[in-house]
Amino acid sequence: MRYFLRRLLQAAFLLIGVSILTFLFSALAPGNYFDEMRLNPQISPETVAALRVQYQLDRPVPVRYLRWVNSLLHGEMGYSFAYNSPVAPLLWVRARNTLLLALVASLIAWTLALTLGIWSATRLGRLPDRALSGITAALLVIPDLVLALGLLIIAVRTGWFPTGGMISVGFDSLSPLEKLRDLALHMALPVTALALSALPTLVRHVRAAIADALSAPFLRVAASHGIPRRTLLYRYALRAAANPLISLFGLSLGALLSGSLVIEVVMSWPGLGPLLLEAILARDLYVVIGGVLCSTVFLVAGNFLADVLLYLADPRIRTQVAAR
Amino acid sequence: MIQRRGWKRWLIALAVLHGIVASAGFFTPYDPTEQDRERPYLPPMKIHLVDAQGHFHLRPFFYAEHLRAGSFDQFEESTDQPVPLRFFVSGVRYRLFGLLPSGIHLFGAQASRFYLLGSDAYGRDQFSRILYGGQISLLAGLFGAGLTLFFGTLIGATAGYYGGWRDGLLMRVAELFVALPWLYLLFALRAFLPLAVSPVQAFFLIISVIGAVGWARPARLVRGVVLSAKERDFVRAARGFGATDWYLLRRHILPETSSVVLTQAAILVPQFVLAEMTLSFLGLGVPEPLPSWGSLLASLQQYSVLVSSWWMYAPALAIVPFFLGYLGLASALQQDTGAGKIVNMTDET
Repeated sequence: MRYFLRRLLQAAFLLIGVSILTFLFSALAPGNYFDEMRLNPQISPETVAALRVQYQLDRPVPVRYLRWVNSLLHGEMGYSFAYNSPVAPLLWVRARNTLLLALVASLIAWTLALTLGIWSATRLGRLPDRALSGITAALLVIPDLVLALGLLIIAVRTGWFPTGGMISVGFDSLSPLEKLRDLALHMALPVTALALSALPTLVRHVRAAIADALSAPFLRVAASHGIPRRTLLYRYALRAAANPLISLFGLSLGALLSGSLVIEVVMSWPGLGPLLLEAILARDLYVVIGGVLCSTVFLVAGNFLADVLLYLADPRIRTQVAAR
Repeated sequence: MIQRRGWKRWLIALAVLHGIVASAGFFTPYDPTEQDRERPYLPPMKIHLVDAQGHFHLRPFFYAEHLRAGSFDQFEESTDQPVPLRFFVSGVRYRLFGLLPSGIHLFGAQASRFYLLGSDAYGRDQFSRILYGGQISLLAGLFGAGLTLFFGTLIGATAGYYGGWRDGLLMRVAELFVALPWLYLLFALRAFLPLAVSPVQAFFLIISVIGAVGWARPARLVRGVVLSAKERDFVRAARGFGATDWYLLRRHILPETSSVVLTQAAILVPQFVLAEMTLSFLGLGVPEPLPSWGSLLASLQQYSVLVSSWWMYAPALAIVPFFLGYLGLASALQQDTGAGKIVNMTDET
């Protein structure tokens, strides 16, 4: 238990550090949201100045930071100038969509990676294994931006999938089943792009871990005892290989959540990515800070999840922690 | 599949690829900013050997294209006048590597402009723009990686060599940077810098932003190597002979880090090229009229382009050989030196 508390505390310190860092960057920044207004002759300089005072932009950085922390504790995370509302509800809607996308994508990617990785590891060096490592190498060198654009072109030219957005017009009038179908169709493209971008790393790690476990002495002994291949593979090898894969799982979850930015923007999926981009272009300070922080939370949460799972799965770690 | 070959082959392949991009003036027929308003979104031209009358030509030729009457996006070939494709023609003046003035181009044509990969919204030659765009994207990647590795080595060596409170402080900050999702960090940094800047300013802005976010990982690796190197016997001996810190670092310790730094370079350059592309794609990078791979792809954000002009996707494919080269180099370096395991997602926090 103390182990988890310590990890949580570490994570909290990390998040505080990140928030201070982004605040410092924002303080160094020239210009703010109200600078655009100055160019508008209909708005007097006094109004702009008054707005600045109203939103506390004239205060020194530490004061602003403390006020921001205060509003965070009240569940607001500052105030969006462009949306004219607290940041937290804005972020929450978008973060939910990003979460949905990343969870489905990582489910698919991991299912595929485990199947392909195990299949490949049992055929080390043979043709299917080499073909698969060729494919993963090819996927590895295609960046997600290129992948997403390519998928988008295919979708547009064939018309198989709707492009852009999360739901069709008139979503509310559909029956629950049709709603699900509509959502799935809209999700198909971004999820494919995200899963494909994560897949090569995962397949390679699964393959390496299983191959490692299979060549371990205890498994050779087990094999010579005549234990069936299937049991050998799924009961013994998979368990022995689980350790690195679990930590990879947490990391990949975090990476997917925070790495879907580009794919979301390309596919116009209403997640955190497009919100952050708009906020940057509008210089909507607190939304930018909130977005960065939100994705850091995802990353840290992924790591934490991996730690918890490892603790539960691996007795060696439990005894290590207890011994400390 | 990739790992078994030596890193030298990958290095040569990369050098050739970079050489082509660096001497873009020679390999491209036109200036990347030269417009041809008569031919927007012209599809890639076909190269013929047999003309409309069925005669065979030894020299490849193409037909000039013009807008079909009454249409604004359909082109047709004027088949009465074959335009021969010529090699080593003189054309637009350019400076090779930014230094040597020249006017010789690998290929081109006299009577009409030749669009190997079609044209963009302003009738600019897509092929020329891709090669010139590569100069900006690759330069950003190389400089960014150089900057990152410089800071990373500096900070890592300081932390590892001096230890104590310096080590503690620097490594805590590095932990912070490693934990940050770096693309978001890049965006946040870019967000707080001025949006409207001149192309050259924007370029250096991007490089410094890219360079500033990535230093933590190489710094941690370099620190590890320095920590073990400074306890080696020959280093202790040199110190015993009265060598200064600076001499020890320069002569004995930093050379030990070279394999880690090189491997990191092979990993970082494509990452940073991609970062520049992403920023430019989203309109936060190097602005028009300068081409970069990212801003070339930006036109794909329009639905009409996506539907009808597939050749605008070509810049995306141009980067694949580069990335393949860097990936091959990185894994070959790791195999050869056995140092610095691939640091992607599995790096411990």
